Amino acid sequence: MNDRRDIKVVVNGRHIFESVEPRLLLSDFLRQTLGLTGTHVGCEHGVCGACTILFDGHATRSCLMFAVQAHGHAIETIEGLAESGAIHELQQAFMKHHALQCGFCTPGMLVVAYDLLKFSPMLSSHAIREGMSAALCRCTGYWNILKAVEEVANLPERRAAADERPPEIGARPI
Amino acid sequence: MLAENNGEARILAGGQSLVPMLNFRVARFKCLIDINKIDELAYIRDQGDELRIGALTRYRTIENSPLVAAHAPLLAEVTKWVGHLPIRTRGTIGGSLAHADPAGEYAAALLAMDVDVVLQNRKATRVLKIADFIHGMFTTALEPDELLVEVRIPCAKRSQVFAFDEFARRPGDLAIMGIAVRLDVEDKTINSARVVALGCENGARRIVEAEAVLIGQACDADQIEKAARATENVPAHSDIHATAALRKHLAVVLSRRALTKAMASHRGRVT
Repeated sequence: MNDRRDIKVVVNGRHIFESVEPRLLLSDFLRQTLGLTGTHVGCEHGVCGACTILFDGHATRSCLMFAVQAHGHAIETIEGLAESGAIHELQQAFMKHHALQCGFCTPGMLVVAYDLLKFSPMLSSHAIREGMSAALCRCTGYWNILKAVEEVANLPERRAAADERPPEIGARPI
Repeated sequence: MLAENNGEARILAGGQSLVPMLNFRVARFKCLIDINKIDELAYIRDQGDELRIGALTRYRTIENSPLVAAHAPLLAEVTKWVGHLPIRTRGTIGGSLAHADPAGEYAAALLAMDVDVVLQNRKATRVLKIADFIHGMFTTALEPDELLVEVRIPCAKRSQVFAFDEFARRPGDLAIMGIAVRLDVEDKTINSARVVALGCENGARRIVEAEAVLIGQACDADQIEKAARATENVPAHSDIHATAALRKHLAVVLSRRALTKAMASHRGRVT
């Protein structure tokens, strides 16, 4: 298919109008068309998590979507989250705990961690491990990554806010 | 569009299985029909005796739905085992069933719950039992011009208990073997049982040998052991992930765990 489609997307708060081939992956659109190379492409089949972005506020694999599907939606990439300060605490904790080695997986790790912490107020260590398994680190630096995320999850102000919110739905045993 | 393309078009739902296949070029289609903008296909409705879930409802919505937690506890539990968080953001119940991956958790859980699926083409709607819908590995009863539009789940009764367990190398990875269980227990006697395995040859299947061991019997540890043992002849295959022998072994271990969990939740209710 050589025809192109006009799409309108909000990326990191900016309104973008572009004409794209229907077959173009969202990850390639972000990196190649928009030059937002903070979103990394690792496996291109949804396993590694390096390309994870926020799609309408939720962590999503950008390599498993087409750019045309983003028409009318809002996307936040690692660039946007860093500039807005949304992941400031996570970035600080990653630095403090040396939670990155080569850095390739880091953008995906941060986006996954951000989503985890934003929507699940009371996170056990187990829940953090399980949630962070959504991204692979080829340097196998998981231990420090988990330490960093756990530190942010346990910040006093987060704990206080969590107490006011209802517990996770579906957490009860069956 | 489906009808016009004569079998050469494919529905794109969450795309969490389909897009990897396209990226790898193991599948090519003349036409992809994106249904993601059809909001009318994303809903969870309480109909009194059943829950109706639109095909485009995403795992994450199901995972966090109070309706699902109250009326389909097995679905709520099993959803936590599906993929990783970003996969659950996007993947859908209809896509999971239509794709019919033999390692898919939903097929096994929905088989244990004995759900109906609703298929629709331009002219008609038909309702099939899930057992008649899934034919085998990546094959279903869907005709080329049909769309899976809804899943109907009978609401859990007070006498029913459920459990699920699976084994994967890493949580969230494709399961090597999994077991879903539904028991109807009254006065400490098991009136009906469903034991369903995923990850076996040709995908999810009931293990009727194990069910037969349980029906009409007391719900105790001896019976669990006998039923678990009865799963060891489940038709399993060897591949790069696991040998057939390991899969059969896992079927026994996971059945034991799932049945124990189900019975514990029954005892929890009685006392």
